[in-house]
Amino acid sequence: MSTVIRSAGLGKKYRSRWALSDCSLEVPSGRVVGLVGPNGAGKSTFLNLAVGMLAPSAGEIEVLGERPTGRSAPRTRVGYVGQDTPTYAGLSVADHLRLGAHLNPGWDETQARQRVARLGLDPKQRAGRLSGGQRAQLALTLGLAKRPELLLLDEPVAALDPLARREFLQDLMEAVAEQDLSVVLSSHLVSDVERACDFLIVLVDSRVQVAGDIEELLGSHLRLTGPRRDPATLPAAQEVVTASHTDRQSTYVVRTDAPVLDPAWEVSRLTLEDLVLAYMSRQALARADARPSLEALR
Amino acid sequence: MIEFHLDGRSGVAPYQQLVQQVRRALRLGILREGDRLPTVKEVVAHLAINPNTVSKAYRELELEGLVSARPGVGTFVTRTLADNTLAAHGPLRTDLERWLAKARRAGLDEESIEAIFDSTFRSALREDTA
Repeated sequence: MSTVIRSAGLGKKYRSRWALSDCSLEVPSGRVVGLVGPNGAGKSTFLNLAVGMLAPSAGEIEVLGERPTGRSAPRTRVGYVGQDTPTYAGLSVADHLRLGAHLNPGWDETQARQRVARLGLDPKQRAGRLSGGQRAQLALTLGLAKRPELLLLDEPVAALDPLARREFLQDLMEAVAEQDLSVVLSSHLVSDVERACDFLIVLVDSRVQVAGDIEELLGSHLRLTGPRRDPATLPAAQEVVTASHTDRQSTYVVRTDAPVLDPAWEVSRLTLEDLVLAYMSRQALARADARPSLEALR
Repeated sequence: MIEFHLDGRSGVAPYQQLVQQVRRALRLGILREGDRLPTVKEVVAHLAINPNTVSKAYRELELEGLVSARPGVGTFVTRTLADNTLAAHGPLRTDLERWLAKARRAGLDEESIEAIFDSTFRSALREDTA
């Protein structure tokens, strides 16, 4: 299978507010996908739709070739670790493994036990007494021992300190290297997922701003700096993402597959963080522009 | 065996950084023919980076004929870059140190030194290829 998640016109509405709108995506298999955007952008909604905990209000979504809410939903083939790494505070580590074995037909008991031993977790310890990092690692252990083809992780490292965050990502990447596994992990910080991911989806204000292979994205986005210039005079092949001007100078972030040959421009590459920020600020501008016209309509 | 590191601020793609580090180690004689590179899993577990990044770097090194992958065993260095130029490194370094001292005496700060080196290096490269 070449695509793990495919969505077309996907949307989810809570009362009158769209938490996700017009989301059309194809996520290739065998990748580690970073789903990045500010809090409230719709990341959790997207993951909940993918795992079948929510039903779409519009459009459709297919995960591993099946509808997540349908009769043949791929429940045993998809692993999900929700926000705040859910564990049962009153249950011991061993209880969690027993529960995992009971609920999942493809449960890999050997792997689960090995991971628990390697992490130095006491099987008798209650989950409520574990540190945040240990709880996250326990949740990851359960998610991996299920032997899923696709693992969805909602803000897995947000609540962790830098060391625990590093250890968590090290273990996750090791699992990706070992198992044939596709991963989607969400984060509100690019820097958290930058090294781990090779595919990026930027979600802002309930809409997908940009999605694609990270190297391709970094190769096709450029920052142009030079004498002040009207965007209308830029070549059509250069799609303007952001533009800012002083009285003499213009700075553009453009998306283009062709090299920029105009000698007036100083051309530089973007970091992944710059790229994400460019798309975020574009959306913020679009929102600001939309407001006065809405007021005029009233 | 070498240990990789990544510079998040360098602007160089992570896989490219790994390639550069192997090439540098080969050039300096730190890695020699027959040495094994760390496995993808080892690199990933150490740096918390995407396995594809490491595979891509190793593939590129293989294409350059510097290493070869033996399935199930590991990736091994097949050629060294430290050939007969290694002996010339010492004197060249001394020349460069002398030049740096001269630049500092002339009042250039670090940034100016880097700039003059960079632009001379680039224009010399351009003349070579032209």
